[in-house]
Amino acid sequence: MQEAAISFQNVSKTYRGGAVRALDGVSFDIQPGEFFGLLGPNGAGKTTLISILAGLARASGGRVLVQGHDVVDDYAAARKALGIVPQELVFDPFFSVRESLRIQSGYFGVRNNEAWIDELLENLGLADKANANMRQLSGGMKRRVLVAQALVHRPPVIVLDEPTAGVDVELRQTLWQFIARLNREGHAVLLTTHYLEEAEALCSRIAMLKLGRVVALDRTSQLLSGKASTMLRFKTDAILPAELQSHARVTGRIAQITAHDATEVESILAKLRAAQVPVEDLEIGRADLEDVFLEIMQGAKQ
Amino acid sequence: MSGAIKLEGARTLFYKEVLRFWKVSFQTVGAPVLTAVLYLLVFGHTLENHVKVYGTVGYTAFLIPGLVMMSVLQNAFANASSSLIQSKITGNLVFLLVTPLSHWAWFAAYVGAAIVRGLAVGAGVAVVTFWFSPPGLDNLLWVLVFAVLGSGLMGALGLIAGLWAEKFDQMAAFQNFIIMPMTFLSGVFYSVQSLPPVWLAVSHANPFFYMIDGFRHGFFGVSDVSPWISLGVVGVAFVAVSGIALELLRRGYKIRH
Repeated sequence: MQEAAISFQNVSKTYRGGAVRALDGVSFDIQPGEFFGLLGPNGAGKTTLISILAGLARASGGRVLVQGHDVVDDYAAARKALGIVPQELVFDPFFSVRESLRIQSGYFGVRNNEAWIDELLENLGLADKANANMRQLSGGMKRRVLVAQALVHRPPVIVLDEPTAGVDVELRQTLWQFIARLNREGHAVLLTTHYLEEAEALCSRIAMLKLGRVVALDRTSQLLSGKASTMLRFKTDAILPAELQSHARVTGRIAQITAHDATEVESILAKLRAAQVPVEDLEIGRADLEDVFLEIMQGAKQ
Repeated sequence: MSGAIKLEGARTLFYKEVLRFWKVSFQTVGAPVLTAVLYLLVFGHTLENHVKVYGTVGYTAFLIPGLVMMSVLQNAFANASSSLIQSKITGNLVFLLVTPLSHWAWFAAYVGAAIVRGLAVGAGVAVVTFWFSPPGLDNLLWVLVFAVLGSGLMGALGLIAGLWAEKFDQMAAFQNFIIMPMTFLSGVFYSVQSLPPVWLAVSHANPFFYMIDGFRHGFFGVSDVSPWISLGVVGVAFVAVSGIALELLRRGYKIRH
């Protein structure tokens, strides 16, 4: 069997002598060439897991392999295979875009990398900023440079930690086109994001983390069909009955309630009628990843 | 990973560290040269006609090698420590943390760049101050050995301080309460032989004294202690401080959590 691109094996992380448990026995594999999504609410442990993968933090238990290389015992080979786009918008104010990329390339032992650097600049819309100092760039442009820096040594495994947080539509498009191309060319991608529609569109498999544990791990299509597959959406000014309120998603006047099948849809409608809730613009549709996510997160709470 | 790739990584980090201070050389080289010249003007002018050292050496001539070496040491320390703390605070140290570079590569690059900065500032101070009063040269080899070894020691110490400090004020405290007193009490401005016995003993326990004294020996051929003793003390201190710095880097002290 081919070696997994990334293998998390029973990874745990505790802080303050065990008082805080950020990760609790996380295990899953990401296959070569796979586009994998890691989802979870804030504080679920996504960034801690990625920090352990990248060598920025040490696991309290378990181990992580990148293409079979342990990230602690064989860190040089593991890190050479990884390209990490960090979540924080960081930059070195002493250098220009091109200098930053040349330096990052050199750290990985790659010399004479100008052709690939030019391609990265071109594909990420940075060509005209190549000689600008990092300080002069806007936030979105700095984010692009972070992506380019992560890819400069052509890593087979790409890790993007919330790369589109606070990023405009144009960059999202550019970024996803480019990352999708690299994925087609065989790079494995691990993505954490808060934008569930992005995960749904891009990732073939998804893991959901909550309070440091994996609460769901499946193909995206399975997740969408397996759990609550139907979604009721309507507008109302009234307050929902308590039994519906608890698992409804309410945004202003719009209420959304998930259901598993037609019988459950009927029962929800009956409850609304019984409570005399006036309903406008009722739609019944397919549940999206956001509905699945909320259902799983609520389930994991109980 | 092959040796050539490892070497390229370390070479790149060294190059980046040198480029970093060179891009702002007005502050990192120009400013310390000016400070040293001010010391020379004030102390040299005040004391030239009152003090003779080793019986024959004029005060200004005596002062110059000490000022050169003090600048070398302080700037070597500043280069490694300020680069690390800035990268830690701004967060761009992550670019380095995700690379395959070993703790040996980090050490070689940061200490190597600290030596280059120390020597660049030392050369600048020398060029300007020698013009006032050339101190003569007895043995260039001693001068170079102590300049390189001393700046290497201070670069390693700067690395430790940069790893330890979490805030700029902690770094300033390290500099003001440890580095400054040790450089001032090392015999830059006087021969320690002129001190009362207690302070003489204190000076002899200060490794900075041996760096300055050995360096000065290269110019005058005379010094407070034998340059071989100085070489021994500075060499042992370099090995000890480097050992600590390497171990902290290997463990990822305060940089890998």
